Amino acid sequence: MNDDRYAQVLRDGLWRNNGALVQLLGLCPLLAVSGSVVNALGMGLATIVVLATTSTLVASVRNTVPNAIRLPVFVLIIASSVTVVELLMQALAYGMYEVLGIFLPLITTNCLVLGRAEAFASRNPVAISAFEGMMMGSGFAATLIVLGALRELFGNGTLFAGMDLLFGPAAAAWEVRPFGEYKHFLLAVLPPGAFIFTGLLIAAKNGIDARLQERRARAAAPAAPPGSKRVRVTGHIG
Amino acid sequence: MTLPRPSSPHLHGPASTARTMRDVVLASAPGLIALTVCFGWGTLVNLLWAVPLALGCEAAILHARDLPVRRALGDCSALVTALLLAIALPPAAPWWLVAIGTLAAIGFAKHLYGGLGQNPFNPAMIGYVVLLISFPLEMTRWIAPLGAASGAVPGPLEALRGALGLLEPARLDALTMATPLDLLRQNQTLLVAELWRGNPQFGRFGGTGWEWVNAGFLAGGLYLLWRRVFTWHAPAGMLGALVLMATLFYDGGSAASGGSPLFHLFTGATMLGAFFIVTDPVTAPASTRGRLLAGALVGVLVYLIRRWGNYPDAVAFSVLLMNFAAPLIDHLVQPRVYGHGSGGRAP
Repeated sequence: MNDDRYAQVLRDGLWRNNGALVQLLGLCPLLAVSGSVVNALGMGLATIVVLATTSTLVASVRNTVPNAIRLPVFVLIIASSVTVVELLMQALAYGMYEVLGIFLPLITTNCLVLGRAEAFASRNPVAISAFEGMMMGSGFAATLIVLGALRELFGNGTLFAGMDLLFGPAAAAWEVRPFGEYKHFLLAVLPPGAFIFTGLLIAAKNGIDARLQERRARAAAPAAPPGSKRVRVTGHIG
Repeated sequence: MTLPRPSSPHLHGPASTARTMRDVVLASAPGLIALTVCFGWGTLVNLLWAVPLALGCEAAILHARDLPVRRALGDCSALVTALLLAIALPPAAPWWLVAIGTLAAIGFAKHLYGGLGQNPFNPAMIGYVVLLISFPLEMTRWIAPLGAASGAVPGPLEALRGALGLLEPARLDALTMATPLDLLRQNQTLLVAELWRGNPQFGRFGGTGWEWVNAGFLAGGLYLLWRRVFTWHAPAGMLGALVLMATLFYDGGSAASGGSPLFHLFTGATMLGAFFIVTDPVTAPASTRGRLLAGALVGVLVYLIRRWGNYPDAVAFSVLLMNFAAPLIDHLVQPRVYGHGSGGRAP
């Protein structure tokens, strides 16, 4: 039973209720810093840490905070953990901190964080809330990274460029150029590209879901018995 | 809802999408010929590559959407999109440029919004703008008019080699030249007369070659008007506003005050925009007053962007901005219904 619950939280966070692709929360950082894999990874990691800590803290104080003032309390908790993450990143990965700029403190206003605190952590025990925060953050980070990879690939023709910002000088050699010489497709790195590629990702997710559901339905329902009298009244036109 | 059904005999109107589109293709012939004579075979090469690509893309997407392929291809709308894009792109544009533009126009601007009649933005202009902001270098490389740079305009073979990227960079540089609009913007301190004397790109009153191209599209547009493919409102609004703006701001001599009204009418994509783009029945406002207003705003925007913007020409951006505004314009120009206050409210 308990394992079931965790499995469900995992599925929800990573796929079925994905923070970016289904709830469409936190679009501002999603669109703004998904220009390359390294930015997306930095932002994604920061969001995971913030979500996990706030969910844990909110869940642990959920019974002592009066209902009427819960939102200010949650926002304070979120803002504090964001500050911690921001200072940590400043200390450990200063280059990344510089690149992310204002979007790092802006995690405070990421609707996903407050949304999970309100909808899940304030109603559930600490352990599963921490796990939930981590899964939601991972789902968001995964979307961010896929988006970053797509935009970097189409926009600059590279992958994993500038990874030394996060992983030290040795990572500078990780850069891949799959196309060799490449004309920069600027639209992909410019803001409209973020919207277009996010839309395509959402469409792809819905398409995969529809296909899975169709397959499941086909597996569940056996084919109609021969000689059925039912007539199809709808179908393709033309 | 019940629809009134008048009794027979019904009069069958000959207008259909296919007929309209064929008229548009026919009407573009003079402009296309002028482009070929003045700027070489590049535009035809663009066209030869864009049309099959657009039709193929359209067919593939229609097939994927389980829609009837043959009928939709028969209405020639994809053909017109490819045609307008091929005309708008620089002659002998690299093949991948044309391909990306066509795919963006047909796949993104048209079918992601639901196909023919559903798209809020003009597909050809979306294709053009996607390319312009992504590849500014390739998009601003215009062939010099009437061989002003190298003695002759590119023939079929040279245009083909240019499209395939086989021309040496030096030869490509020799073939291309800044357009009159670029020159006007870059030489703000000179007098217009000096510009005219010092550069072969300036012709009698428009740009060399450009005046013929624009005259060609004007002739085609008048043919379409005669055929009643569209009403006079949108083109008149756009050209009128452009002339008005140019007249207001032109001081008669300095390049900093923009060109003369006649120059603005007969250079760049003015006539193509006025008769082939803002008249798009899908993306323009539906009411005649709305079309007049939207056309006028396009004209104002074209002048503003040409004068103070950073892009070589402004028709595509202006048209797209007005496409955004079309529903609002239609809402604002609704005539007052008798017995109601303005905006459909009770008095």
